[in-house]
Amino acid sequence: MATTGTVYDALVAIVGKDFVSDRKEERYFYARDGGLMPPHEPDFVVLPRTREHVQEIVKLANREKVPVVPQGAGLALTGLVIPQRGGIVLDMKRMDSILEVNEKARYVIVEAGVTHGALKNHLQKHHPQLRHSIPDSPPTATIAANAVIHGQGRLSQQHGFNSDMVSGLEVVLPTGELCRIGSCSVSPYWFSKGPPLPDLSGLFLGWFGTTGIITRLGLKLYPCKKMRDVMLALTDRAELVPEIMLRLSHTELVEDVVAAAQPLPLRFRDTFWIMAYITGDTQEELEFKRKAVWDALWDLFESRDVGFLSLPPAMKGPLLSMPSKDTTRFADVSKGGGFQYAGPIAPIEKFPLFVSKLEEVATRHKLFYSSTSRLIGAGHCMMFSFSFSFNRANPDEMARAKTALDECSKFALEEGGVLWKADIDEQKLLMDKMDPNTLALMKKIRKLLDPNGIMNPGNWEIG
Amino acid sequence: MPLAKLQFDTTKCAACEAVSCLVGCQYMDFRDTDEAKKEWQKVIDNQDSTVLRSCTTCYACEEYCPFGNHPFYLIVERQEEKGILPAPRPIITMWINQCQPVGKFIVGKVEERALSYCFLPHLYALVKGKLFDGIAWSGIFGQEFFCNAVYLHYARASIIKDRLPMVVENIKNQGIKELVCLHDECYGTFTSLASAYGIDVPFRPVHYYEYLCDRLRELKDVIKPLNIRAAYQRNCSARLCPQTDHYVDDIFGLLGVERIKRRYDQENALCCAEVFRMAKGPAFADDVQRRNLEDMVEYGAEYCVFNCPACWDALADKASDRGIEPIHMIDLCKLAIGEEQGLRLSESGAEV
Amino acid sequence: MQDYASQIHRCFRCGYCKFPSDYSSFNCPSYRRFRFDSYSTGGRLWLVHAWLRGEIEWSEHLAEILYTCTTCKNCVEQCPMKFAPDIVEWIVGARSDMVEKGRIPQRVARFFEAVHGYGNPLKRLRSQRAAWADGAREYAPGDEYLLYIGCLGSYDENGQKMAGALVDVLNASGVSFGILAEEEECCGNEIYMLGEMGLFQSLVEQNVGRFRDLGVRQVITLCPHGYNTMKNHYPASGGDFQVYHYTQVLDDLIKKTGVKLSSAAARVTYHDPCFLGRYNNIYEQPRRILQGVPGIELVEMERNRKDAFCCGGGSGNFITDLLAGGEDSPARTRVREAHETGADILAVACPGCLTMLTDAVKAENLDDKLVVKDMSQILSAALPAR
Ligand SMILES: Cc1cc2nc3c(=O)[nH]c(=O)nc-3n(C[C@H](O)[C@H](O)[C@H](O)COP(=O)(O)OP(=O)(O)OC[C@H]3O[C@@H](n4cnc5c(N)ncnc54)[C@H](O)[C@@H]3O)c2cc1C
Ligand code: SF4
Ligand code: SF4
Ligand code: SF4
Ligand code: SF4
Repeated sequence: MATTGTVYDALVAIVGKDFVSDRKEERYFYARDGGLMPPHEPDFVVLPRTREHVQEIVKLANREKVPVVPQGAGLALTGLVIPQRGGIVLDMKRMDSILEVNEKARYVIVEAGVTHGALKNHLQKHHPQLRHSIPDSPPTATIAANAVIHGQGRLSQQHGFNSDMVSGLEVVLPTGELCRIGSCSVSPYWFSKGPPLPDLSGLFLGWFGTTGIITRLGLKLYPCKKMRDVMLALTDRAELVPEIMLRLSHTELVEDVVAAAQPLPLRFRDTFWIMAYITGDTQEELEFKRKAVWDALWDLFESRDVGFLSLPPAMKGPLLSMPSKDTTRFADVSKGGGFQYAGPIAPIEKFPLFVSKLEEVATRHKLFYSSTSRLIGAGHCMMFSFSFSFNRANPDEMARAKTALDECSKFALEEGGVLWKADIDEQKLLMDKMDPNTLALMKKIRKLLDPNGIMNPGNWEIG
Repeated sequence: MPLAKLQFDTTKCAACEAVSCLVGCQYMDFRDTDEAKKEWQKVIDNQDSTVLRSCTTCYACEEYCPFGNHPFYLIVERQEEKGILPAPRPIITMWINQCQPVGKFIVGKVEERALSYCFLPHLYALVKGKLFDGIAWSGIFGQEFFCNAVYLHYARASIIKDRLPMVVENIKNQGIKELVCLHDECYGTFTSLASAYGIDVPFRPVHYYEYLCDRLRELKDVIKPLNIRAAYQRNCSARLCPQTDHYVDDIFGLLGVERIKRRYDQENALCCAEVFRMAKGPAFADDVQRRNLEDMVEYGAEYCVFNCPACWDALADKASDRGIEPIHMIDLCKLAIGEEQGLRLSESGAEV
Repeated sequence: MQDYASQIHRCFRCGYCKFPSDYSSFNCPSYRRFRFDSYSTGGRLWLVHAWLRGEIEWSEHLAEILYTCTTCKNCVEQCPMKFAPDIVEWIVGARSDMVEKGRIPQRVARFFEAVHGYGNPLKRLRSQRAAWADGAREYAPGDEYLLYIGCLGSYDENGQKMAGALVDVLNASGVSFGILAEEEECCGNEIYMLGEMGLFQSLVEQNVGRFRDLGVRQVITLCPHGYNTMKNHYPASGGDFQVYHYTQVLDDLIKKTGVKLSSAAARVTYHDPCFLGRYNNIYEQPRRILQGVPGIELVEMERNRKDAFCCGGGSGNFITDLLAGGEDSPARTRVREAHETGADILAVACPGCLTMLTDAVKAENLDDKLVVKDMSQILSAALPAR
């Protein structure tokens, strides 16, 4: 294949021989993620180091009409980084510089490959009074990709989606131009992704890399108190969970609220575990917040519908850790290296309905399930996860898990939820249900930005 | 098999003048014996009584009754019959599920003499070194061997009656003749609770304090007296086996530890109060903990010696904050023979 | 060995294993070096799984990916899954399959040939094995310890200096010991890690047999690799002796004899060898020894103890050097990290690390700022004048 040779050489000329591969092994690995979508191999895997590299690669891809798929850690699990039409996968993780922390305006500027783990460490070491909203994905997850898929993290109860915390972007457009978005387009400061200007960040966030490649990103940082604690409220009545979440949020003193439901280990069975995270600079401040949390649920405690579990240190440690390793451990409950979740964003009132659906679907498909739901905004919505673990060595179980996920997604959509980090099938479901004028607008935007249709094709593809 | 039935002798109560069970109670105010008698009669007669709602489930009246009757077990029975929930329902449900037998027998190389690690992972950290030479591996752990006494806190005598006979059977089937209980909840169960329910225990339960005493005597030559003043944190289940309390003094004597005289030891002991928190809320629990710890400080404790790992979880950090070194009894013994402490305060709280 | 084939699919490719515990930087040396996910732990495990299932064919590149793992055990330390302790055994299992099928990288094949033919991977003469040694006696029954030198200590230029220094220190402390000289056979640790189980077994048997014939009860090893295999693998093949790494023995000796060490004003940082640290939990003894030398100020690198970043030499890479090349080689990365502490001495306790890091200091042009020294060399210099 002469063209392949040419593209390969051109890529080598851009990033150097060590950082391009067209070998089977890399193509195999980058053809898939840890989830359940069918694999598709790229022709090349490339590791750019600079924004100029990215520009050159995108220009090359435009000339040669080769697809380009940016990838962070590939942890979205819904196949968003699988190159559906082959082409070039750009592994962004070599662009890993933390460029600037502005302590006074509380933001950080990072390159697109910086991981959540690295930023957490950097802030703890050098700016201990600041923190960012850490998701519970493994620490290799990249900050940019997490914003691209509208992730949520430990500060989402207070400050909304992690993408709401973006404070500026630098993007390589599908046609190769480098473009700044937000306050940084007119000012040296990266404090706002839009306001007071037209907010163009919406052209890139949520688009799964189909409208451009982020090379730098500004992210808002928030005060980091000296101490953190977690309180654990239990109830056996699913219908109380939304009320509990709302009341916790009403205190305006809780950092993060997460509700868990799962049948095993046995201590979880038949009860819903609602974790309320609190912070403080002093014991007094923590104590004050603890009391506020108790007070918020006091009548439910007295009616014996809600209890608080005293947590021994051995249980508290894992709950407080960021990211939570336990979330990842779920992948090994069927001793098989796999789990995936459908995570619709939905009104919190749907919690009881979704939980019973989850149980029903899991029982019918004989799958092991769990759910963790995170409150987003002051109760504006939640991410409800329908999670199923599966054994990678058991194709039948994998097929059942996929069917179960599809069922849950459809159900959530019917119930007014909006699918999060939707895989290509779910994207179709969403687009089928979408206001046709909205869909037409999306189509225009894509056509305008990416005339050759080279950016992560197969995703947000409007017929 | 029909469920075991509580053997409670009402004639003893009829003849009892002091009503020590209620009068001694630290959480209900029954200074007036007549009042106590009336109220207690209601409990016996299965009528509604404030006792059933106010009881904190501290176990203490089991010790207070001088006639070996079982006032607390009766309270638990009555609470359950009346559907009174001493703790929130989901907490009770959680406990019921968590300790449910699942057919998972976690056993070491069990011999006729074995250790019961109860259902407390802490105990693995504690059981190390010379004190347990030759026996550490002969152990049982987990749901199948769990004494189930915890349900006394949750008005679920029925669960105890249901599960305890199986547990006894499981232990017997391991060929165990002598069971050294590392948690006195287990010891109390096999010596008090089982007999109160007429459940036969076909092995000899040994309190780990007794075991430690024997071992320490054997290791006498390597003991370096500690010369410290310690407060003893007496826990709820110690009320089920008050006859073992003298071992505390025996062990302390062997180790050169002074058990400080203080307000809240022996009969007046205050429990760790973490069960109270889950049952009655933080204000009450915090008050009990504060009184207990201040008492330790006031009477000059350098160390706080724990019997129960759950008390450790509840109070170790708080004691340490007040300048008192928390230590488990087993670790105290290890310290005196130059070995390392197994249970320590969690470093800097949690990983953040 | 583990039945890796039925387990290896359990990896979730989550990537925790790429990091040290604080997530500060990438800590899997081969991932850090190559930066394709295929070179991370997850990459390797998934590719091996694919190979087992016939989804990809064997290739030199596949074998290279497998063999650039230095078996440093960072992944074992960091993986949150229950199977974590087995990961390196899975990798070794896959290698042994490749060895059986005769499909391994050339450089690894040469390593095996050399050990097979010469008893050492450097292809040096058996008769020269003790050429470095003056001042060391041959082991005679009745000696308290056998000092086992290993291949690098016997033949590598840096290793020989280290061996000499250790002999001096042991002599000065009045320990009764001897070496095997020409009779010494490769310890087999690397052979095991590289998956040549037949050769490994025969090396173990030869060594165990010789030790038994000589009535050896206690062995001190110069090299953590030898220490590891003798401690953890030999007993299963009849090895019935106590084995110590020299840092353990010296820590004890210093405590007991109260040797007065002369002052050596220096800022020292210590690099934990994988086979001492993560493999055998020996972290504090070397540090205690260093702190016992008057004048030495011990400073820590950002990644230390269980988070130490491997020098890149494990699994025979001190010879095969599959991770070499360029500034991202693990040894060069590590040397830069050491330099950042402001130390003037980078202390090691392993001849493999010694040689890897010494070369890296040159490559980084840090010759006049940072010296790599083995603990034994530091101690021998601090011995009271004789
Ligand atoms: C155990 C587990 C727990 C999780 N918990 C959470 C959680 O709590 N909160 C949460 O939000 N998520 C969670 N996730 C989901 C997901 O892992 C995270 O959202 C993660 O941040 C995704 O980052 P990534 O680098 O892996 O993205 P990838 O999967 O690599 O990429 C996601 C999308 O972004 C695009 N993209 C990548 N880089 C760029 C770029 N530079 N420019 C433009 N587009 C780009 C990709 O093409 C793809 O479409 C979890 C996942 C797992 C496995
Ligand atoms: S239980 Fe005991 S103390 Fe209470 S009334 Fe009866 S006999 Fe008296
Ligand atoms: S258990 Fe405690 S609180 Fe309840 S009645 Fe007995 S002594 Fe009083
Ligand atoms: S080895 Fe463990 S930590 Fe590494 S990717 Fe696999 S599951 Fe994750
Ligand atoms: S042992 Fe070390 S080199 Fe090998 S995969 Fe694990 S972390 Fe990477």
